[in-house]
Amino acid sequence: MSAEANIRTLTIDEVDISARADETILEAAREHNIDIPTLCHLEGLSEVGACRLCLVEVKGARRLLPACVTRVEEGMEVTTHSAKIDRYRQMVLELFFAERNHVCSVCVANGHCELQSLALRLGMTHVELPYQYPQLPVDASHPRFTVDHNRCVLCTRCVRVCGEVEGANTWGVMGRGAQSLVITDLKEPWGESETCTSCGKCVQVCPTGALFEKNRAGTKTAKHPEFLPYLRIMREGEQR
Amino acid sequence: MNVEELQQIAAAVEGERAQYEYEVNVCMGTSCLAQHSDRIREAIEKEAAGCGKKCRARRTGCMGPCAAGPMVLVEPAGIRYGHVLETDAKEIAESLGRKPVARLDPQLGSYFEGQHFRVLENVGHIDPENVEEYIARGGYEALVKALTEMTPAQVIEQIAKSGLRGRGGGGYPTGLKWDTVAKVKGAQKYVICNGDEGDPGAFMDRSVLESDPQRVIEGMAIAAYAIGATKGYIYVRAEYPLAVQRLTVAIQQARRRGFLGNGICETTFSFDVDIRLGAGAFVCGEETALIASIEGKRGTPRPRPPYPAVSGLWGAPTLINNVETFANVAPVIRKGGEWFASMGTARSKGTKVFALTGKIERTGLVEVPMGMTLRQIIFGIGGGVPDGHKFKAVQTGGPSGGCLPEEHLDLSISYDALITAGSMMGSGGMIVMDDTSCMVSVARFFMEFCMTESCGKCVPCRAGTVQMYELLTKICQGEATRRDLEKLEELCEVVGATSLCGLGQTAPNPVLSTLRYFRHEYLAHIDEKRCPAGVCEIGDARRLAHDAARTEVHA
Amino acid sequence: MPLTTERPPLPSEDRRWRIVNGTMRKHGYSRNALIETLHTVQSSFGYLDEPSIRFVARSLRVPLSQAYGVATFYHFFSLKPPGKHTCTVCLGTACYIRGSDKLVVEAEKRLHIHPGETTPDGEVSLATVRCVGDCGRAPVVLFDGELSAQMEPARLTARLDAWRKP
Repeated sequence: MSAEANIRTLTIDEVDISARADETILEAAREHNIDIPTLCHLEGLSEVGACRLCLVEVKGARRLLPACVTRVEEGMEVTTHSAKIDRYRQMVLELFFAERNHVCSVCVANGHCELQSLALRLGMTHVELPYQYPQLPVDASHPRFTVDHNRCVLCTRCVRVCGEVEGANTWGVMGRGAQSLVITDLKEPWGESETCTSCGKCVQVCPTGALFEKNRAGTKTAKHPEFLPYLRIMREGEQR
Repeated sequence: MNVEELQQIAAAVEGERAQYEYEVNVCMGTSCLAQHSDRIREAIEKEAAGCGKKCRARRTGCMGPCAAGPMVLVEPAGIRYGHVLETDAKEIAESLGRKPVARLDPQLGSYFEGQHFRVLENVGHIDPENVEEYIARGGYEALVKALTEMTPAQVIEQIAKSGLRGRGGGGYPTGLKWDTVAKVKGAQKYVICNGDEGDPGAFMDRSVLESDPQRVIEGMAIAAYAIGATKGYIYVRAEYPLAVQRLTVAIQQARRRGFLGNGICETTFSFDVDIRLGAGAFVCGEETALIASIEGKRGTPRPRPPYPAVSGLWGAPTLINNVETFANVAPVIRKGGEWFASMGTARSKGTKVFALTGKIERTGLVEVPMGMTLRQIIFGIGGGVPDGHKFKAVQTGGPSGGCLPEEHLDLSISYDALITAGSMMGSGGMIVMDDTSCMVSVARFFMEFCMTESCGKCVPCRAGTVQMYELLTKICQGEATRRDLEKLEELCEVVGATSLCGLGQTAPNPVLSTLRYFRHEYLAHIDEKRCPAGVCEIGDARRLAHDAARTEVHA
Repeated sequence: MPLTTERPPLPSEDRRWRIVNGTMRKHGYSRNALIETLHTVQSSFGYLDEPSIRFVARSLRVPLSQAYGVATFYHFFSLKPPGKHTCTVCLGTACYIRGSDKLVVEAEKRLHIHPGETTPDGEVSLATVRCVGDCGRAPVVLFDGELSAQMEPARLTARLDAWRKP
């Protein structure tokens, strides 16, 4: 197949762009510096389409579509921002904030939190929905890391990086609905996990203050997930 | 197996039947069996032999009017008995060939008037654990016909011509679905029967699986031939142990008779079926979640596309249809698509099975032609609302559906008409409510259901259902404001528009439909602190009841 | 249990483990047999505990976190041992419309426990279920798995009392 056959032309926010047929709307948009907010997405990990922040309007589609998993198509007309979409995103964010205990001023990730910056970016100024404050445990049994479930947004980045990149599968999700919880092994204390390699990838990819390194505060709590695309490229190189 | 052999089996079954003058059919569905209908059958057989009658007492599937059970049907006279006890056996046996036992009349009135049996045509007439009896009523003729006289494309053409649409709720055209999977290239394809009847208050699939399991297997085998699959799974709720047992027996018998396995009906077509048990998760009715569950994983849905038709079970092209859909397949092939399409409305063909329950005189399983009105079903077949109460609403579509008020009673049942009215066909639950039901509480009941059944993967459904449930609770308790109602409506819109799968997308429906038709009840709770149906405890009454309950639990 | 790639030995001499192992063998120790195997564990032992989940996970080579995730996702599985008797109230829509919520309250008052709990003496567990499909005769209660239909609060308490009498 010729290279041209693999190219699709489409418009995103009325800008004409072309993209490879195997690209998603999100990838195509980001290559052209068009901003679509995301939370569960992370370059280097599989997509789950769970946070619903990247929903966009595609002309002719019955519903809003998640940009992270929707492939580009010839002639597609995509709208990434509208009064309606912005309102939906604000409310989805509000649901995230109210679900557990996201009070930025007392959080280790204050200033380095993706949820917090999304709120700033999307203009979510206040949370009207009542906070649920479910009183979840904090597990500090691991010598280097801590998990505070009260700050978790269930994006499952930790679960995916542990399974897909490190291959340990220490992290998983238990329960369902609002009772869902990320766990290590059989919901055992992280420090006693038989499978954890203490690689720390989960901490680096966590978008909030749910997973953090001990004895660090302020600017040192910034996360560095940039290693992921690098790892992926190196591995693909090996296979060739 | 070929046509002659089928005829021989049918003749043998008839020959056996001819030896008896009377046949007493006893229902062995979950409901009647729970009232020991098995012992009743034995007793009748014994008593009949005792008084020298040429009679056999048979085990059959559900006969429909469950509330009148245990049900007995005496043939050839066609007499029905209800609420039968073991101690009635002698009287029933002695009455054979004489006057019926008047006191056992089930008082069914017009229950069977207007009903039309296609899916349930064998129900009450065959022993569900006897494949030969299924064959004697035309069973497996369709499979033999499809395999020996038709190409896969011709099978799909007939299904498309029939206008059959998915009976699980969505109403997607079955022929189109089959055609899509047939056209996808793949060395291995799968057929899945969705028997995860999660809609609480509905039992159509349970009844079909318990009463006529071969019919579902035959439908699956025809589908497999049409799309080029060799392996099938029936996903059944673990809460339906009898259905699982009957299916297990049916699969063994179908294998023994060569309807499943290698080289079916002397052709090169091979197909086999296995059962997979659900484990108590409503979301597994969603097809991508169901696939994850069959793969042994958490039943969380994934974004579509890719659709299961392209990438389903273990990444292979997969056809998923509901139990009732597969149960409709054999007659379409036997009698042709046009025959099927001759019944129903313009865009909804054939019949629909409903589980008619709630505040209604005659509850049970009914099968009616599409296009019948709600009034005919509820007041004709069902006999209306009992105990002098007034009809208030009918709920269809389960937690994804809605409540329709009196003004919609003359609505003709079809996929499209129900959606326009703010509800949906769903799998077939039809729950009648009278003036003692508070519609806000009903909406809250369904929201509680969606909240606990949410898989937790996407945030609008996981957290949004919790927020909506709390707002509904606040309204029920008379503590909500108009602003809360606005917030509830806003949440309904956002959760419906942004959730990942059907569960979350339709979770607001019971709220939206009750707001549409019973807004005054919401406002009475909010503005007047009053529950019009007298169900919700508001203000002082609530405090008192709460204190009393507290004292008692901790006493 | 150490980290090893070998299939673990049966946890004990208890014959029920052989039944569990039988299910896994039937499915060729394939990972996708996880739910089927957990069904077998629950029907054999009455519930799933940590050692059994661990044994099944190791045998099928499913990560522990995923096995635990599955066991806690599906509400049919119980991680707590059941009481000697179990009273299960159906909370399907038809049962709800016919007053099953009042039956739950009645059982709670009688047993002094909430759904999902067992009386301290280990005699009776109280549970709820989404729908058992006997909607025509709602409301429905299962006593040790046996269906009792058109239930009333008085009959419910009588059945519960009968269990608790020595």
